[in-house]
Amino acid sequence: MKLPIYMDNHATTPVDPRVFEAMRPYLTEIFGNSASRNHSFGWQAEEAVDKGRKQVADLIGATSKEIVFTSGATESNNLALKGVAQMYAEKGNHIITAATEHKAILDTCKRLEKEGCRVTYLPVQTNGLVDLDQLKAAITDKTILISIMHANNEIGVLQPIREIGKIAREHGVLFHTDGTQAAGKVPVDVNADNIDLLSISAHKMYGPKGVGALYVRRRNPRVQLTAQMDGGGHERGMRSGTLNIPGIVGLGEACAIAQKEMAQEGKRLSFLRDKLRNKLMNALDEVYVNGTEEHRLPNNLNISFAYVEGESLLMGINDVAVSSGSACTSATLEPSYVLKALGAGDDLAHSSIRFGIGRFNTEEEVDYVADKVIDVVRKLRELSPLYEMFKEGIDLTKVEWTAH
Amino acid sequence: MYSDKVIDHYNNPRNVGSMDKNDPNVGTGMVGAPECGDVMKLQVKVNPETGVIEDARFKTFGCGSAIASSSLATEWLRGKTVDEALEIKNTDIVNELALPPVKIHCSVLAEDAIKAAIQNYKEKAGSAANVPAEAKA
Repeated sequence: MKLPIYMDNHATTPVDPRVFEAMRPYLTEIFGNSASRNHSFGWQAEEAVDKGRKQVADLIGATSKEIVFTSGATESNNLALKGVAQMYAEKGNHIITAATEHKAILDTCKRLEKEGCRVTYLPVQTNGLVDLDQLKAAITDKTILISIMHANNEIGVLQPIREIGKIAREHGVLFHTDGTQAAGKVPVDVNADNIDLLSISAHKMYGPKGVGALYVRRRNPRVQLTAQMDGGGHERGMRSGTLNIPGIVGLGEACAIAQKEMAQEGKRLSFLRDKLRNKLMNALDEVYVNGTEEHRLPNNLNISFAYVEGESLLMGINDVAVSSGSACTSATLEPSYVLKALGAGDDLAHSSIRFGIGRFNTEEEVDYVADKVIDVVRKLRELSPLYEMFKEGIDLTKVEWTAH
Repeated sequence: MYSDKVIDHYNNPRNVGSMDKNDPNVGTGMVGAPECGDVMKLQVKVNPETGVIEDARFKTFGCGSAIASSSLATEWLRGKTVDEALEIKNTDIVNELALPPVKIHCSVLAEDAIKAAIQNYKEKAGSAANVPAEAKA
């Protein structure tokens, strides 16, 4: 077993060697621009793009013409939200999203609010899922778009996108889902799930960084977008810019592998995840899984070790790469807004660790990580005045703290 | 990301523990809040004859820098008089541990914990001195 162990696969994933091999010729001898119509260099590049487009489309049950390549899911999310808001401005100006969305959605919504849109940020239930009745109640005759993520990047919970899509369809509202974490991990079918727009990123599914896609429905209804990048009119005018051929080849290959191996890989990852969860929960008291375990990515475990601060825990397991919702690990010095939205209390957010098990993690690594975390949590609880108070039977919620 | 000294205090925290907070010679300071991500409990045991801190103990919920700041504080407190202890400034802790700007609040918290512990001791000592012996019994 090699150290350090990478178990932060929601942040990014390593490129699968098969993906890299597919990309390699396009970084070297096959370098053409797919927009070059008059020579073989261009044709070869175009062929590669066509193949990649088909592979992406197949993964989500779409057709090739519905795939717009982008630089990644952040761009896809921006294009979906801003593109719809601008294109459908005459129809309405109201967007519905959720409090636990990725910043690429939330900050885009904030921008749109400045430009005259009205945005409803649905709260989530303690299990991390949106309440469908609240969603229905939020729809007005001005609503043009519902954007709810498929899988959450921190807690891995899967929103009921099929039901959300159905509600959107019934109300004549477009439905965008940020599929960054879910695509390639759990089945997605844009038709069965009534999805009109879907964001995808390559590097979350063992493809390269810097490439992603936006699915844009062409039929029933035909979705139109205002381009956010002007130029040569690539991607049916929705996203100008010379195509990232090696990236697209990599994304396509990553999608093809994911589609082929998803069922088996999902089983393996959920076995490893459950093993990790059970080892931790059997050895330690006061441990809480954040978000529903019933509707969840197979590889995600977000867990809080009460009375232990997350960054100090990360410091103790420094040969294991995971992340924490603790304020001390965030740029803003605020604890995770996703965990706060679950209403579990800031203290559990400070104590949270996100494990993202990946394709290349082994059972041996999971065992090592579990043992190490158990050791360090025990050590830090010896140091923790809160654990001592808890053991003395003091109700910490009734203590008057000197907040600072 | 962390200085060697922070890592050393994190790996080998000095003077971890709790003393009897009802002991009249023990001053207890607890600062911070769980929802802010750090809570320090710092205790000093003072020799009432000499005013010298004979023992100092801490327990901290917080990041590595918070643990290191409080661990260092207990090292510095031992052997100092209560008045000398009040001279310890958060900037001394910042310098000793080479804390980056985002971790300065850890040192502030440690200074607050020292002050709170000593104030608690002084209150106890003061009230003990003011209360006639027979009333205490």
